Amino acid sequence: MNKILKSFIFVLCISSIFILSNSKVNAQEKISLNVFNWGEYIDMSVIKDFEALYPNIDVIYETYDSNESMYTKLTTGDANYDVIIPSDYMLEKLIKEEWLLQLDYGKIPNRQYVRDDLLEKLEAEFSNDTRDSIAINDYAVPYFWGTVGILYDTDKVKKTVDSWEILWDEDYKKQIYMYDSQRDSLMVALKLLGYSMNSTNREELEAAKDLLIEQKPLVYAYVTDTVIRGMIDGEAALAVVYSGDAAYIMDESKYNLDFVIPKEGTNFWFDLMAIPKTSKNVDAAHKFINFMCDPEIALKNTEEVMYSSPIESVFNDVIEEEWANNIAYNPTNIDAFGGEIQTEIFRDPGEFIKTYDEIWSEVLSDGNYIIPLIIGGVILVGIGVYLVVFKKRKKRY
Amino acid sequence: MVRRYQKLFLLLMFLFLYLPIIVLIFFSFNQSESMGNWTGFSFKWYKELVNNEIIQNAFIYTIVCAIISTFVSTILGTIAALGIYRQKRLLKDYVLNVNYLPVVNPDIVTAVSLMILYVSVGFQRGFSSMVLAHIMFSTPYVILTVLPRLNAMDPNIVDAAYDLGATPFQTIRKVIIPEIRPGIIAGALIAFTMSIDDFVISYFNTANGVTNLSIEIYNMARRKVKPTVNALATIMVTVIIMFVLIINKISSKNKYWRFEDEQNT
Amino acid sequence: MNRTFRSLVYPYVVWISIMIVVPFLLIFLYSITESRGGPANLKFTLSHYKEFFSATNIKILSKSFILAFQTTIYCLILGFPTAWIISKISKSKQSVIILFFILPMWINMLLRTYAWQIILGRNGILSTILRPPLGLLGIDFQGLLYTDAAVIIGMVYNFLPFMVLPIYTTLIKIDKNIIDAAYDLGATTRQVFLRVIFPLSIPGIVTGIIMVFLPSISSFAIPRLLGGGQYVLIGNLIEKQFYLLGNWNFGSAISVILMIIILLSMRIMKNTDEAKTSGGGLGIPW
Repeated sequence: MNKILKSFIFVLCISSIFILSNSKVNAQEKISLNVFNWGEYIDMSVIKDFEALYPNIDVIYETYDSNESMYTKLTTGDANYDVIIPSDYMLEKLIKEEWLLQLDYGKIPNRQYVRDDLLEKLEAEFSNDTRDSIAINDYAVPYFWGTVGILYDTDKVKKTVDSWEILWDEDYKKQIYMYDSQRDSLMVALKLLGYSMNSTNREELEAAKDLLIEQKPLVYAYVTDTVIRGMIDGEAALAVVYSGDAAYIMDESKYNLDFVIPKEGTNFWFDLMAIPKTSKNVDAAHKFINFMCDPEIALKNTEEVMYSSPIESVFNDVIEEEWANNIAYNPTNIDAFGGEIQTEIFRDPGEFIKTYDEIWSEVLSDGNYIIPLIIGGVILVGIGVYLVVFKKRKKRY
Repeated sequence: MVRRYQKLFLLLMFLFLYLPIIVLIFFSFNQSESMGNWTGFSFKWYKELVNNEIIQNAFIYTIVCAIISTFVSTILGTIAALGIYRQKRLLKDYVLNVNYLPVVNPDIVTAVSLMILYVSVGFQRGFSSMVLAHIMFSTPYVILTVLPRLNAMDPNIVDAAYDLGATPFQTIRKVIIPEIRPGIIAGALIAFTMSIDDFVISYFNTANGVTNLSIEIYNMARRKVKPTVNALATIMVTVIIMFVLIINKISSKNKYWRFEDEQNT
Repeated sequence: MNRTFRSLVYPYVVWISIMIVVPFLLIFLYSITESRGGPANLKFTLSHYKEFFSATNIKILSKSFILAFQTTIYCLILGFPTAWIISKISKSKQSVIILFFILPMWINMLLRTYAWQIILGRNGILSTILRPPLGLLGIDFQGLLYTDAAVIIGMVYNFLPFMVLPIYTTLIKIDKNIIDAAYDLGATTRQVFLRVIFPLSIPGIVTGIIMVFLPSISSFAIPRLLGGGQYVLIGNLIEKQFYLLGNWNFGSAISVILMIIILLSMRIMKNTDEAKTSGGGLGIPW
């Protein structure tokens, strides 16, 4: 018996020492590059290709599911990230708060492949006069771009879908996926009301809040990436989704789905690669960004995640493929590409973001608590009475 | 004694407990990615598991972390229990009360407080912070299982050992440890289970690419989960059932490994 | 010789002081300060506590309590009979059955919760069985995912063993002679159960209630996965402060409030548990 125990402990010690020392040795020889990206936003084989090309770099890949959580992890934690991929408004905030490094484009020759019209669009938006202008293109290179719209099942939804209003239709009760992100969900309500999605007007936001609370009984769930699986499996009829996810879902699902950009307008967004000032491997980070802009690599990524690529040749290469031949991949009807639908780019609302937080938590926590409270109270009182009676009885015996 | 309807009730409870596990195993052999409709039998997801580095890494981190934290917390906890055993009132109260904190406090509060500690002292979160956190929350359980054993032990045998000229170390090794062994084993098992199953504390106390299985699954369950995870679960279930059967076999032969014994502590 | 023994506790005293006491002091410190820009600008304030008592947060807190409460009740209703039946099975089979009862706990909790997502979904397994083609119910069953029921099923499933094991432990400790004596004195089976077995198992029940209630009030992964985003419980609120909003001070304040509530309810529990000394205690699930 003792022998069994001893040998068991011995094996444990040896194995743990072995594994520990093994990982140490690896860490000493290689540079580790911490990449912080959105979940499901890359073809994982690309990472292996990168490591094969630069054998002394070991990529540590971590993911997040919202700009806000990325920001918090980057700024309040102790984590080191070398490459991050925030969206436009978050990038603006990070630049304003001086978290980012200016990129050295000498080290990123592949940036020449990025579409000029997109860079100009970004330049024009972020250097306008009404707000503090920032030179966004000095800090980041576009990774993917797209819109937000409604994905719906054409067999279940017979009405014409061309407006955000369909998401308030009683006929589709519990058939609607909303996006669990304060900016995206409030965008839908603000747009429907005809306001700017960058509104910093308290009254407008209150109106949006009331609208979202009114919608709450109709919503199946507020989710982020779960919507992908859910729509593929036909769990609901309507969903607010990002364009690339829509392309992916339509390609994977056996249901007849279609994607529309509502006429009230939507969010035209960019996710861009940037390097935080806290990075310890600036050189390797540049190499990584450059690698991701390589048309061959960008093609792999686009084909995997089905978001619209900012690399001109890649965008045009896939445009005829079945999965890309739609509004989701190629939104020809938005103003940026000569269409009619007005779009906006998210801007950082500064301190006003607290109001967004507040409004969004009020929406999520709204609900009827009176009946459960009464039931809970009755049960509690019941137990109390029982305990008292029980105690008295016990004393009798 | 056990009536038929009671057997039925027990059967239903077991069905409830094992239903999700059966579902996981079933869909690990599904051909399509979808959960919910069966399209055909395949080993596709097992092949993918072999190639999936993220899950493999998470698995290794989980296991290594569990082994180290079980090992350390069992030793630390046993030594501490020996120290508490004949401790003076004041220190004993302090240790026991503080010891209860991680047990009774919600996981999330413990997790968050540790995270604040790491960040304020500038200790970079990663694998070692996770292991330390696991040791921190599993040691109290070891103490709570070992201490009753010590208290139930006849104090005279320790005194007898001394009178016969044993050194304190010899007394512990030859007299006390054999006496409290079931408690130690039970404590180690609890520590191991807690560590393997932990999500909340690890979630707040790792960073820099270190994750464990729980965190990976939590991240995946909110996205397009692939049945690769099911394949892993199936393998885990098989290993655990084999482990349990082996332990059961040993326990029927050896009194120290007997499980009922542990339940009674 | 006692001194040698006593000195063994010192490493652990140092360990818990660093790893348990200091973090709890820190969290308390965070909850009463406002630190914008380093420790130099530390400002004491109670505003985080004031902020907590807003209508939204009170709603969240009561919702968490209601769900945890329901979970505990269902666990008790299902758990007590289970423990009782297991305790009546012959000794040799008992250990195997208990082992198989614990076994699911060794499979990752999140994996099991995720499996419930598959079962309860609108096109999930449960719906497929109940819906028209097979039509066991003959109604258009819409699944349970993202409802109260789903969250409660998930929590009951995960925490049930914590209820069963302590009760089982107290039940098997009951001296058989007491039961025989009761029968000899002419008690009916019902009376034996109500007057002897049940009262003697109360320490186990109390432990079970505590062990189920504690994790369910603060759990945040299960409501997140099975409740959809519309479920903001107290655990989610804390997580959000730390991971989404970066408001650590407010997050700490909520944690402190939660801690106080828990410790208070533990006190009350302890008081109602007269027979605490007889085992159960703040037991371990084995």
